[in-house]
Amino acid sequence: MATTQTIEFRDSGARAAAAAPVAPADELRDMEGDKMILNMGPSHPSTHGVLRILIEMDGETITKAMPDVGYLHRGDEKIAENMTYTQFIPYTDRLDYLAPLANNVAYVLAVEKLLGIHEALPPRCQYIRVICCELARISAHLLGLGAFAMDVGALTVFLHTFTEREKIYNFAESLSGARFTTSYTRIGGVTRDTPPGWCEQIRRFCDEVLVALAETDRLLTRNRIFVDRTRDVGVISAEMAIDYGLTGPNLRGSGVDYDVRKAHPYLCYKDLEFDVAIGTVGDCYDRYLVRMEEMRQSVRIIRQCLDRIPGGFDNTSKEPVNIADGKIVLPAKSKVLSSMEELIHQFMLVTQGVNCPPGEIYFGAENPKGELGFYINSRGGGTPYRMKIRAPSFVNLSILPAILPGHMMSDVVSILGSIDFVMGECDR
Amino acid sequence: MPTILELATQLRDKFPDLLSQPVEFRGEITLKLTDAEHIVDVCAFAKTELKFNMLLDITSIDNYGEDPRWTIVYELYGVEGKAHLRIKTDVSEEKSELPTVLPVWRTADWHEREIYDMMGVRFRGHPDLRRILMWDGYPYFPLRKDFPLAGKTTELPEVAFTRSAPLEGGPFVTVAGGKDSIVREPRARTPEN
Repeated sequence: MATTQTIEFRDSGARAAAAAPVAPADELRDMEGDKMILNMGPSHPSTHGVLRILIEMDGETITKAMPDVGYLHRGDEKIAENMTYTQFIPYTDRLDYLAPLANNVAYVLAVEKLLGIHEALPPRCQYIRVICCELARISAHLLGLGAFAMDVGALTVFLHTFTEREKIYNFAESLSGARFTTSYTRIGGVTRDTPPGWCEQIRRFCDEVLVALAETDRLLTRNRIFVDRTRDVGVISAEMAIDYGLTGPNLRGSGVDYDVRKAHPYLCYKDLEFDVAIGTVGDCYDRYLVRMEEMRQSVRIIRQCLDRIPGGFDNTSKEPVNIADGKIVLPAKSKVLSSMEELIHQFMLVTQGVNCPPGEIYFGAENPKGELGFYINSRGGGTPYRMKIRAPSFVNLSILPAILPGHMMSDVVSILGSIDFVMGECDR
Repeated sequence: MPTILELATQLRDKFPDLLSQPVEFRGEITLKLTDAEHIVDVCAFAKTELKFNMLLDITSIDNYGEDPRWTIVYELYGVEGKAHLRIKTDVSEEKSELPTVLPVWRTADWHEREIYDMMGVRFRGHPDLRRILMWDGYPYFPLRKDFPLAGKTTELPEVAFTRSAPLEGGPFVTVAGGKDSIVREPRARTPEN
């Protein structure tokens, strides 16, 4: 009993299109199969920074994806060739700008490896650095997961995670003076010891962040919509992950048990007990679960560090936080103005930098985004001849042309959020 | 579980004329490859037989003023064996080209594109060797030692500002020994000053 009815379009453009002569059949066949190229970014709320992706689509399905990086390229490696090692530390803040403390630690550990002192650091310094690294890991994962959840639609999670991140910013501010770009570590140690009451606040924060993680877990892990948007989306097999050089939670989400803190322990990680979260399928949901669990393990590590930190919370026994070598660490100011040797050390360190032996090293640290590696080629002196920053986000992004095709447009957002890259690190 | 030194020795024994003796510094082993043309065979053997299944990084070094000018450094890693290995090879400036190791590890794709972008060393056999960080059509290779830190002006109509960056107070700007501050603090430093 259906009746057909011609619809009068109200829109003039649609009326013109409806009145246009229908193309002959063979022309229609030529028009079918035309793919559309969609430009996503660089200014886009879901690309987490300035990433541009050219997506060729056949309808809603992606056939080709070409990421275009380099919008945040600042020439860090060239700048490093013109500065002393200590002068470069603020530039490392701005690599993975969500976890600046972790970048600081990774960089100075690389220079200390070149000097040969990376295993001779005072124990209090090592524990402080580990606490900083793990706080940075919690901070970066909170933002990564918050942004990921926000992009797929779960807007509340973002607010929960950012409340906790604000507390971490306050810790960074009381420790180094800056919320964000901390530049806290120095070659041979750290800038200053922890302020009084800092460790006590961190202990309280550990309890609070676990509550926030439990809330996030309740909001997302069994959320029907979240699971539907992330289960079996962006599957990366273990062989593919290793072949593309993925590291960090992306690699562990695909089932590969590689964590630099366990494989090549640095600082005091070999004395700490923690588990490494491994995924099974390698989809976006697995990477989300790996990051959630990593945050809980970071809290576990921080608690152990707080229990064992040499000197206690307020360093009552005056443990050193810098290595006792006048040629590496700046001497005390009171000595500089009164003693000749300290004056010379101060002068040489500030004008020429730490004198590193000729040679080359590579040091990779387990950063929140993956393995941040520094390859330093030194020809002696206080400035590197070549410094290459192995940015995990750069390598992680190279997998996009391989996994995006076949997915729908809305899966792009899930995949980008789950890979969790930072353009500051990718472009340097 | 063989040690890294044993693996490096096995690699050297397979290619005795091409690879140097393993050099150790700060616990890392480096092998020097004399002929860059054989890099694919060496890497393929390292991946399949010696289980170096991950390529962490490829770096390029500009030995400005020396011949050969380019040194390409490959950081290999074996995930199961937890073994790092470094392979270095030299490329002369006239050639500025060596084969791509993309058939061995697919991660070499973007690393080689970056080396081409920053240094101008080409990789033969790379399916899509174009600039990755700078825009297509950028005329210079910025990481070369003869490219100034402040940059050079380029022609790109859509970009608002491409003049040299003023370096007042920037890294190592002062030229020692100048008679007055105009000489001592140039606006832009080139390798000559």
